[in-house]
Amino acid sequence: MDKIDKMLLEKVSDLHKISLGAFNIRKNGQVLDRKTTKEIEIVPKKNKSGIDIIVKPNVKNKALHIPVIITAGGLNDLVYNDFYIGENADVTIVAGCGIHNTTSETSTHNGIHSFHLGKNSHVKYIERHVGEGKGTGGKILNPTTKIYQKENSFMEIETLQLGGVTSSVRKTFASLGENAHLNIQENILTENKETATTLFKVTLKGKKSKVEVVSHSVAKGFSYQEFKSDLIGKEECFGHVECDGILLDNARIVSVPMIDALSSAASLVHEAAIGKIAGDELTKLMTLGLSEKEAEDVIIKGFLIG
Amino acid sequence: MLKIKNLSYLVNSGDDDKDILRNINLDFLKGKIYVITGPNGSGKSTLVKLIMGILSPTEGKIVFNDKDITNLKINERAGLGIAYAFQQPVTFKGLKVKELLNIASNKENDFNTLCDYLSKVGLCAKDYINRSLDDKLSGGELKRIELAMVLARNAEVNIFDEPEAGIDLWSFENLTKIFKELKSTTIIVSHQTKILEIADSVILLKNGRVEKIGKYSEIKPYIHSDTCGKLRGENG
Repeated sequence: MDKIDKMLLEKVSDLHKISLGAFNIRKNGQVLDRKTTKEIEIVPKKNKSGIDIIVKPNVKNKALHIPVIITAGGLNDLVYNDFYIGENADVTIVAGCGIHNTTSETSTHNGIHSFHLGKNSHVKYIERHVGEGKGTGGKILNPTTKIYQKENSFMEIETLQLGGVTSSVRKTFASLGENAHLNIQENILTENKETATTLFKVTLKGKKSKVEVVSHSVAKGFSYQEFKSDLIGKEECFGHVECDGILLDNARIVSVPMIDALSSAASLVHEAAIGKIAGDELTKLMTLGLSEKEAEDVIIKGFLIG
Repeated sequence: MLKIKNLSYLVNSGDDDKDILRNINLDFLKGKIYVITGPNGSGKSTLVKLIMGILSPTEGKIVFNDKDITNLKINERAGLGIAYAFQQPVTFKGLKVKELLNIASNKENDFNTLCDYLSKVGLCAKDYINRSLDDKLSGGELKRIELAMVLARNAEVNIFDEPEAGIDLWSFENLTKIFKELKSTTIIVSHQTKILEIADSVILLKNGRVEKIGKYSEIKPYIHSDTCGKLRGENG
């Protein structure tokens, strides 16, 4: 593992901060290192690229790291990772992909993840995407996440992509059973001519199921972001989508809401607000001594990272 | 120390220019408390916004410690030692109370210092420092944090635009105590008697002009006569 590998790993997985449990590190389409534990088993797939991750029932407070790093140009990586979370288990999964491309050829990572959450289980899933390297080749990340939640399960997703990714198409499909909860926080920054598309489709099948999606977008330069959400309420359920976008320069953000209450007991809400940074926020920070540019940076950092 | 010279602020409304403030001359002395009062629309908030640089005057000068600051930006005035509490506190998505207090004081504060800032405005630091300054906080909480941010500036001139608004449960005595303990030149926009009473000088504005300046006891008849229409009658 060289310096760039380590730097990318730190950015996408915080591996240096956490004592290691189970992990799988993938570099340029190959497994770089792997550790399986008695609580979290990692099994390579036989017929295609990827792994099955089996979290045993009742496992508590364990972490799994599955970072992907790409340092080669002209690579098109496709990986299937399937997570099976046992009943009553409680785990944190840190995924993410870092591309460092110094070449003129485009590199792409397509991560297809499926999560099967057993009854009463809890997963915190942290996904970070980083693109860097001065090459003119594209840095493309297309994650697809499919989520199947059994009753009383709870999934939290935090997605962070802070610039440098030429293009991303992020798709999330979820199906929620009775009293299952899904919280998604997505924070995306695009700059230059980057594009980022997000699609959420969540079907609330079970009684008292609940989904909350909060998307914070900042688009700079000539970048373009598109946010599409589709909530379908089939039972007494609650769904709330909030899409907030900050525009700078000549950038554009499009928000497309779709909510479909198939049951009269479903309560579904979509809120969207897109615009430049509020003038009073800049003014307030300037009264505290910050220049306009410093104030803008502080507002964007708070909005994206908190 | 802070001088306002022939300051006017006009806005263009259709064919005519409308005076919001006309030919204001004021001299704020070091360490004194000034309360600007007057009827709605008299130009009180506009005057303090001009001092902070949030608005630019159409005519006149603002001089602070012998330096002409009329064309300086808001942050440049802040850097020279002018602080400002908004009438309507501004909220932010994602910025925490702790971060804002650190920005306000221009240093990384430890818990005890943050506690000092917040306890002065009747808030317990551990309940607030890691909260976002967003609309999940009540109007009263936002207002108190707004005051705490100004206190953290430790500025030479502190401006408060209607600081009492929304502070329902917290006694006025605490608020007036804060103003009395400040060693700064303090400029407060207010209608409240208890705040007017602590002023070294009350500035009564009416229709964009300074109507009277003096101790509250001297100005009081004019404030009250105005509300029942006598002053309007006197002016013909």
